[in-house]
Amino acid sequence: MLAWTIYSSFIGVLVLMLLPREAARAARIIALLTAVAGCGAAFAGAMQQANPGEVATIVKVPWIPSIGANFYLAADGISLVLVVLTGLAAIAGVLFSWNIEKRTKEFFAFYLALIGGVYGVFLSFDVLLLFVFYELTIIPKYFLIARWGSTRKEYGAMKLAIYSFVGSHLVLIGLIAAWVVARVQLGHPSLNLMELSQVHFSSGFQHWVFPLVFIGFAILAGMWPFHTWAPTGHVAAPTAGSMLLAGVVMKLGAYGCLRVAMVMFPEGVRMWQGEIAALAVIGIIYGAGVALVQRDFKFVIGYSSVSHMGFVLLGLATLNTIGLSGAVLQMFSHGIIAGLLFAVVGRMVYDRTHTRDFNDLQTMQLGKLLPFAGVTFVLAGVASMGLPGFSGFVAELQVLMGAWKVFPKTTLLAGVGIIVGVAYTMRAMQKAFYSDSPPAKPGHSHPLEPITVPERLGAMMLLAASLAIGLFPGLLLDWIQPCLNSPLFERLLKGGSL
Amino acid sequence: MNYLEVLKAAAPETVLTITVLLVLAVDLLAMRGQSIALRFRTGALVAILGCVMAAIFTRFHYGYIDAFQGMLVVDPRTNFLKVVLLVLTIFTVLISESGKFTEHVGEYLAMVLLATLGLMFLVSAEDLLMIFISLELASLSLYILTAFNKRNARSSEAALKYFLFGGMSAAFLLFGFSLLYGLSGTTNLPQIAACLAGKGLDPLLFVAIVTTVIGFGFKVAAVPFHLWAPDAYEGAPTPSAAFIGAGSKVASFYILAKIMAVGFAVTAGSAVWHGYISGWTPVIAVVAALSMVLGNLTAIVQTSVKRLLAYSAIAHAGYMLLGVLANTPSSRGALMFYVITYALTVLGAFGVVAVVEAATGGDALANFAGLSRRAPALSLCLLVFLLSLGGIPPLAGFIGKFFVFSSAVAAEADHLGLLWLVILAIVMSAVSFYYYLQVLKQAYVLDAAENAPAIQVPPVMMFALILLAALVILLGCAPGLLLRFL
Repeated sequence: MLAWTIYSSFIGVLVLMLLPREAARAARIIALLTAVAGCGAAFAGAMQQANPGEVATIVKVPWIPSIGANFYLAADGISLVLVVLTGLAAIAGVLFSWNIEKRTKEFFAFYLALIGGVYGVFLSFDVLLLFVFYELTIIPKYFLIARWGSTRKEYGAMKLAIYSFVGSHLVLIGLIAAWVVARVQLGHPSLNLMELSQVHFSSGFQHWVFPLVFIGFAILAGMWPFHTWAPTGHVAAPTAGSMLLAGVVMKLGAYGCLRVAMVMFPEGVRMWQGEIAALAVIGIIYGAGVALVQRDFKFVIGYSSVSHMGFVLLGLATLNTIGLSGAVLQMFSHGIIAGLLFAVVGRMVYDRTHTRDFNDLQTMQLGKLLPFAGVTFVLAGVASMGLPGFSGFVAELQVLMGAWKVFPKTTLLAGVGIIVGVAYTMRAMQKAFYSDSPPAKPGHSHPLEPITVPERLGAMMLLAASLAIGLFPGLLLDWIQPCLNSPLFERLLKGGSL
Repeated sequence: MNYLEVLKAAAPETVLTITVLLVLAVDLLAMRGQSIALRFRTGALVAILGCVMAAIFTRFHYGYIDAFQGMLVVDPRTNFLKVVLLVLTIFTVLISESGKFTEHVGEYLAMVLLATLGLMFLVSAEDLLMIFISLELASLSLYILTAFNKRNARSSEAALKYFLFGGMSAAFLLFGFSLLYGLSGTTNLPQIAACLAGKGLDPLLFVAIVTTVIGFGFKVAAVPFHLWAPDAYEGAPTPSAAFIGAGSKVASFYILAKIMAVGFAVTAGSAVWHGYISGWTPVIAVVAALSMVLGNLTAIVQTSVKRLLAYSAIAHAGYMLLGVLANTPSSRGALMFYVITYALTVLGAFGVVAVVEAATGGDALANFAGLSRRAPALSLCLLVFLLSLGGIPPLAGFIGKFFVFSSAVAAEADHLGLLWLVILAIVMSAVSFYYYLQVLKQAYVLDAAENAPAIQVPPVMMFALILLAALVILLGCAPGLLLRFL
């Protein structure tokens, strides 16, 4: 069932390509139906999975026997969490792109191709297949931004594409080296993640391969100092593009770090644990600090993503169950909340006012003109700050608890990041929606288009998801935690506590 | 061995020779006074039928035949490569469809077929003399094909450059071969290897190795012997350039790998980092590294798409040389997979360039602006070809790179000695992504000039390009289909 998330997305791409050029409305509806079908398949597949702790094979057929590659799709609880996130983000993205008029069918074709690739990454248990899907996402990302984006779109798109490509090539070097070494040990070529995770790579080998593969993936997760694609890319992207970039594409990187780099090279992680945590915390504080002084509304959210992804990386670096499950939960939570924030900024505000500059927005009284946008942003903002009741709180709390056991001092610094996070969110809220500065040119303001139904639906769906996980974190933790006790993670967590 | 058996072994080549004469005869005798388009179609039909016949004739031999001590060696692998060469020729004929650059269609087609004939003999040769003769047959035909656009001075200039460089490289090759003959007293590759065994690295042998590498370095356009390539690619009629980049690459790399692996087997040496041993692999390693770096970095600044493809061809020659120097049984298959898929891709890319050139009058980057609107199917094909060249999965170019790179690392599995070259190759292939994306940016992101009309693609051309794109996708998703023959 889960495999249909991938297939349905690519079928959607094909159908869209065959549509006549003018059929914008049909393209939207097909895209929405495909996204809903994908999300439905994700939920149905997740429900079918009896034991999320074990890796359930979906498809496994030989692909390139001479190098040991299989078309091997499988899922465990961590995959399920991220597949469900992708499903939700995909629907929301379509709803918030309802107003795309320029080359609609091509937009949605690229969009669905991106979604299909993302599903593929989360469900692949063959490293080559995972890599194929991972790279497959680069091209649609590039075109979505370069073609339908705004501020410095061609620059932002190219930067993102180059960063992604360089990152994935670092991964490729590591994978080829690991494949060769593993072939000697196993006696047959293999790219199966389950087999590779049992190979014992020598410490010297892990010492240099692990950082290569980890950084390769972490570039896409927005790890400082490789994060610079993120703000420019997010700002340049069209609304749905930023939603997907922050919502799921950054998770691809974090997922790759966990699933490939850490599981395959557990000793390597331990050697570099401190460095990763340090970079993660720098990212948290740096992202938050820079977000505090931005004038462009979207840059605030862009840098806040860097900051929040820092928590994911910090969680990964803890190497204990609570920290890792917090990291996965944070991937989900940030995916939902960042998507929502970008939707408010990009679709609800920018598409109507055509400005994202706080100085202009201050004079517009948006809180009164667009009450729904204001309320949504406040709710998303408090969720992002980590207010109890929303998903961000549970996730970040777990990460901090996990980190506290391993690096207490660093964790304190991460706490500072949270406080700055409150500051920049409040500042953005106040400046964009509830400023008391007088209108610049009274009487000049033309009425803004009211918030449309698709926007309302999308916003409510995302808010509900965040709230549901905030109130009942068990829903996802019951999927995540059994995984961490499975054999796949045994070697990784052996040295960790709890 | 009697002549009838030789004729049977060389049946595909014989059929092709007859086809050459037939094409010439039909065009010069029967079609006089007809329109060029009609003459081209008739000639192309005859040529394609001849190629198909020749391909069918390769299927008659499954066994191993060695005629006249390595002059003509036929086995299932060479037979398969001949089929590949014939397929590439058919595609070349199909993308020459417009044939607007010349009135001498019969001669043009005959030259394409003669070049193919030379390449087919080349893959079957295990004898220095035969290698040289067939290489020259192919090269001379290619020089003429480059010059075929008589109305364009660039074409003659390109051909002259190509010819002068090619003649020089032939001289180098012959010099190397003569030294080899002097050292071993035979022209047969396995016998040469047997004679050289145990003698160590004689200075004369070293000269022979270097001049042979120089000779083939010219043929495959590897740095520092690449200078002819950009001008030849740019000036030649586009289908000729495509054939230089496709068919001749396949045969040249096959024979280069064979000479190195069979003829120089005992003097392989080692290009391992910190473990260098003199021999032919370090020489190839240096040439490969230079080609990858220079080809990719120079391609970035090109504004003509044909020149860009030429520099990317230089870079790809560098990757392919990695497959040559890995020199293991599995790397041979990997190399041929890479070269064949590359040839298909590059034919397709040149086909698209030919259409754009015909419609907009040039091959500059700006001429591709808004292509996705003016010709959606065409630009989709371009997307597939360029992304495959850039190594994006799941296209054939990615799988080929993975095969070649992993077999190069696996060749020195104990201490990953060749990893340094593979890292260089992977880093450079990340660079290459940038310039391929520049072309695609023109096609998909930028808009064409106001009211630029839609581009009409000739149906035969479109058919060929879609077929090529489908092959590139198919071989990427199911590489086993091709790999089991190599």
